[in-house]
Amino acid sequence: MPKRFVTIWFRNLTTDWFIRRRPLLSETPFILASPDHGRMVVTAANALARTQGIDTGMVVADARAIIPSLEVFDDKPGLSAKLLKGLAEWCIRYTPAVAIDPPDGLILDVTGCAHLWGSEKEYLTGILKRLKHFGYEVHAAMADTIGTSSAVARYAQDSLIVESGRQTAALLSLPSAALRLEPETVERLEKLGLRQVSNFISMPRAALRRRFGRHFLKRLDEALGNEEEVIHPVHPVAPYQERLPCLEPIVTATGIEIALQRLLDTLCHRLQQEEKGLRTALFKGYRMDGKIEKIEIGTNRPSHNTLHIFKLFENKLGAIEPALGIELFTLEASKVEDASPVQEKLWENKGGLDDIALSELLDRLAGKVGANCIHRYVPDEHYWPERSFKLAVDLDEKLQTTWKADRPRPLQMLSRPEPIEVTAPIPDYPPMLFRYKGKLHKIIKADGPERIEQEWWLQQGQHRDYYRAEDEEGHRYWLFRSGHYDASKSYKWFLHGFFA
Amino acid sequence: MAGTKADIIAQLQKDILPLQGFKTPLNNTVLDAVPGSIKNAFPNASFPLGAVHEFMYSGAEDAAATAGFVAALLASLMRSGGASIWISSSRLIFPPALKSFDLAPDKIIFIDLKKEKEIPWAMEEALKCDGLSAVIGEMQELSFTASRRLQLAVEQSQVTGFILRHHSLNLNTSACLARWKITSLPSELSGDTPGVGFPRWNVELLKVRNGKPGTWQIEFAAGRLRQITKIPAIALEVQKRTG
Repeated sequence: MPKRFVTIWFRNLTTDWFIRRRPLLSETPFILASPDHGRMVVTAANALARTQGIDTGMVVADARAIIPSLEVFDDKPGLSAKLLKGLAEWCIRYTPAVAIDPPDGLILDVTGCAHLWGSEKEYLTGILKRLKHFGYEVHAAMADTIGTSSAVARYAQDSLIVESGRQTAALLSLPSAALRLEPETVERLEKLGLRQVSNFISMPRAALRRRFGRHFLKRLDEALGNEEEVIHPVHPVAPYQERLPCLEPIVTATGIEIALQRLLDTLCHRLQQEEKGLRTALFKGYRMDGKIEKIEIGTNRPSHNTLHIFKLFENKLGAIEPALGIELFTLEASKVEDASPVQEKLWENKGGLDDIALSELLDRLAGKVGANCIHRYVPDEHYWPERSFKLAVDLDEKLQTTWKADRPRPLQMLSRPEPIEVTAPIPDYPPMLFRYKGKLHKIIKADGPERIEQEWWLQQGQHRDYYRAEDEEGHRYWLFRSGHYDASKSYKWFLHGFFA
Repeated sequence: MAGTKADIIAQLQKDILPLQGFKTPLNNTVLDAVPGSIKNAFPNASFPLGAVHEFMYSGAEDAAATAGFVAALLASLMRSGGASIWISSSRLIFPPALKSFDLAPDKIIFIDLKKEKEIPWAMEEALKCDGLSAVIGEMQELSFTASRRLQLAVEQSQVTGFILRHHSLNLNTSACLARWKITSLPSELSGDTPGVGFPRWNVELLKVRNGKPGTWQIEFAAGRLRQITKIPAIALEVQKRTG
């Protein structure tokens, strides 16, 4: 299949943008100017100004002499590059590979894209219509090579679509400057009377190279399609993805494992080269019957360790049902982060939370039992016992405050306080007896009370008076009375925890 | 002659220990604070690291006492800044309270599993990870096979494992190096000071491979374990009678 390229040329990129922002300007001639060697030089002129003889490179004073009512705006450096980048990103709807052709063009690799819009003609007119609607004056052409499409877009009057293999015919009538040559070469060609491509295209190559240099021949070959030209798309296609098509459909578990291993090897090698590590990865198998089997894994830290990632996937490989067979495997790293190899060296066998072995262990556990089972706690600024700690977001979360150990807290605490029956002598004295789960405990020693008030801005309710109590067998409990001690008996006693 | 014979036997016993997978580094600091007695129960008179210890208990009160003793041991294991993992399916541990045992609660990762069945697997995986200081697993039953798997894992990685077995119905044999039972004892404050004193436990070493089982009364005060020389049994009786 021959490659197809579309070149879009914006005749007045920057001035059209000014008109888009201030529609009134379309009625008046205006120019953009920037200082150069102590004078203002025209960098862009709109269509109205150009018809009256103003062109880029003129000094502003001269332009003003031609049109006294000329409006002059300051040109912003890098404006055209910024506009082109935005337009290139917008053009990704037409093809995944869009490249910027400075200073005022875009190159689209549209190989295999045009049929989705019906035909090449509809495709191209579709693009032109949308861009014209934005207010840009655009010229575009489609051809097998970048050279031809750019020449036709900029210099030809019509024939927007150059049919496949007919580059030479399309180029013949165009001026020699259409071949994207250096200005000196164009000048020399002019001097020799070689104004059109047709004048020199049939000349012997050796003679052309001697007179105009190697670059001239390269441009000619690129336009004719004898030499490959590559573009650098603005958005690389699906960054961290690997594909493995299979000659025959894979049905066995061993086959799937081999496929995964191969994909991982290439992906991890690439990640390692770029000093990156993946956080989530998606492994997909495209089945013969059109279904897509997929499994996903996540890691705590960016990783490009093939062995470790394979282990994570291994736990879930059973979920893939090959049925009639899988013909294409893809592996995609949907979330990639920087993983500096220097840091890794430091972590190795250091122990503590930074240990790479620990994060790999947690990945494995999360893969099998779910990440919501893994908890790490950091202190929180609350006196209310249930709120005195909170779940850490990840292993790296630093402590915002310190752990407090100034007040006795039970080593084991019930998730919800359990009601108990209590005999307490006088207000604010610790209880003498309490009954918990049918067993009577006689309190020998006790500390307290420690009053903890409700945090009214978070929750309404009664305060708690906590007592640390030890019974005759030496068991230590954390009891509290919820509410004030009063005659109406609105208070309640609870058991909340056990001390070591 | 008798002396030399005893020497030979002692030497042979020392040689056999490494063959049995007993690779504890000598002179480790765990239980250093406790005057020799507990350490002497173990071979080479040092608390075995890189081994699995089993703690039996029943009741929430003893669970707290056991957790307290384990936390005290853990504190000396984690002193070098290491991390540990606490695996459970019904966890009651209150993380901020661990601070009073000189532990950094944020250095402990809690794995709360839904199924009891998954605990031995998770524990084995964790014990294989040599970057950890210790792994604690709360479980009810532990089959002999499972305990052997754990023992093999620690022999490789030299991580210390603590298994807290609550309400275990059958006291089966296990490949664990030691079996403990911790119960609470009434605390005591000097003189007639009212209030609850430092935690005290009755530490029973029921079984120990190549060692001598025993019973000790231990108090945990000011971040260190201390043996109580005076047995408060009589005082306890008096207290019970008089209320």
